Amino acid sequence: MSDHSSSYVPSNGFTRWLDERLPIIRLMYDSFIVFPTPRNLNYLWTFGGILTFCLMAQIITGIVIAMHFVPHGDHAFASVEHLMRDVNWGDLIRYTHAVGASMFFAAAYIHLFRGLYYGSYKSPREIIWIFGVVILLLMIITAFMGYSLVWGQMSFWAVTVITNLFTAIPIVGESITQWIWGGYSVGDPTLNRLFSLHYLFPFIIAALVGLHIWALHVVGSNNPTGVEVKTKSDTIPFFPFYVIKDGFMVVVFMLLFSWFVFYAPNYLGHSDNFIEANPLQTPPHIVPEWYFLPFYAILRAIPDKLFGVIAMVAAIVVLFVIPWLDTSKIKSVSKRPLFMPFFWLFVITCLALGYLGAKAPEGYFLLASQLFTAYYFIFFIVIMPVIGLIETPKELPDSITEAVEGKSGKEGASS
Amino acid sequence: MSSDHNDEGRRDFLMVAAGSFAAVGAAGALWPLVDQMNPDASAKALASIEVDLSPIKEGQAVTVMWRGKPIFIRKRTAEEIKEAVSADSTDMRDPQVDGERAQKPEWLVLIGICTHLGCIPRGQSTGDVQGDFGGWFCPCHGSHYDTSGRIRKGPAPTNLEVPPYAFISDTKIKIG
Repeated sequence: MSDHSSSYVPSNGFTRWLDERLPIIRLMYDSFIVFPTPRNLNYLWTFGGILTFCLMAQIITGIVIAMHFVPHGDHAFASVEHLMRDVNWGDLIRYTHAVGASMFFAAAYIHLFRGLYYGSYKSPREIIWIFGVVILLLMIITAFMGYSLVWGQMSFWAVTVITNLFTAIPIVGESITQWIWGGYSVGDPTLNRLFSLHYLFPFIIAALVGLHIWALHVVGSNNPTGVEVKTKSDTIPFFPFYVIKDGFMVVVFMLLFSWFVFYAPNYLGHSDNFIEANPLQTPPHIVPEWYFLPFYAILRAIPDKLFGVIAMVAAIVVLFVIPWLDTSKIKSVSKRPLFMPFFWLFVITCLALGYLGAKAPEGYFLLASQLFTAYYFIFFIVIMPVIGLIETPKELPDSITEAVEGKSGKEGASS
Repeated sequence: MSSDHNDEGRRDFLMVAAGSFAAVGAAGALWPLVDQMNPDASAKALASIEVDLSPIKEGQAVTVMWRGKPIFIRKRTAEEIKEAVSADSTDMRDPQVDGERAQKPEWLVLIGICTHLGCIPRGQSTGDVQGDFGGWFCPCHGSHYDTSGRIRKGPAPTNLEVPPYAFISDTKIKIG
């Protein structure tokens, strides 16, 4: 935490000299070695580390791919195939990048639901949460732009459909859309700018991750009980305990990652993207990548174009204000029996919207997406504020130490 | 000491003046960076095309590109025109009479982009699904357009757009 004094002691002449000029080793030592971390964190808390790994993997593979990619409407598709077939290890690097995007989102969604379940967005962690939502938003934009660069049929039509969402804006919609396109339709100028921004955004994300971690290190990690750290016995140093725990889970995560890369690299993609972009023919069924499906389902659930777009944007924007929508002082859902079923219904809602986003919006599928979309917003806007006011939460342990070891004295001694 | 008060006022003025100057300068410098993304001169240079209609037979449709968009040109049959005109009075989402949409009844010129989310409707080639109203059908989200390109069923908010065009002779049009 910010108020603990640094215990770093430079060990030799050089580090002493450096420490007086740029205390960077001290910063690292205080942040990632002795940093006091709640002793009771479970494996869900390892996803921060996993996400850092994902971002690094995307940046490294992305820089390499940019060495071979040609951001031109006539050559983009061919250059991707050239990378896959001719460049040494090109297929491995590209599949790692493509599968990596999916793995990144999978980890980010788990991380997000961890925060929702354990109330990690509540005071004093609102800023950490807000930066997290900004990062998610940038990830969505970055992934979308990256997918477009392949310039296959699904890429091209995804760009067409998504940029056309801006035409829903009254009066200026058309001009904004042409400004984004750099022409009168999606074309070469569009591809070029998407490439430029796709290269830029990961570095903005990296900077925001820095702020996210900085804010985290000011107030300290939340923990499964939702009781704040009170004494030194509630914490353990980040190294070696959480370095090992995070490292172990990164390896487990890499196993799953590698399985997709080596055995099912195209499982999460769409076969239509192996056809080069054709502005004169729309694929019969346009589907986004799996990680956008819930939002796509919300877009299509509302039969009006403008309100569909508003609902889809609102589905993300609402996340910014949940620190103030949730009226409960109790952080962990596990201590909130009345709220818990609503929480799990919300999880099911998100999964169901993901399923429905891949279905044609007709008949029962449309009705179901409308019901789940309604619950998505009711959960945040009605259930969160109301339940916090009327519920009786379970009793909280006095401290993290008590939650781990039992009440000192009787239970502690008898066990 | 009495000059202190005056100095404060002068300092505030200088701060506001310098700040405004910087803000106007920044906005001026920003504009080229924003405007460079708009359609450039080469895109605008292709903004109009001429199409020779003489090879198109009755009942036939062709697709040409204009500003990167497909343009549907259909030489309608008498029956299709009759259908479109007789539907003029029916209840539609985006009411328009056929006469407003076709300068000459047999020639229908449309931007072939679904007004919902920008897909290309089917119905240009023989054998294509033309939807419930004999015009075009968008496979993405199921919009049906009639023989005048008007939206009759499905999620699209408006009719297929008619591009600006003019007949420069009986068999030639200029689009744009």
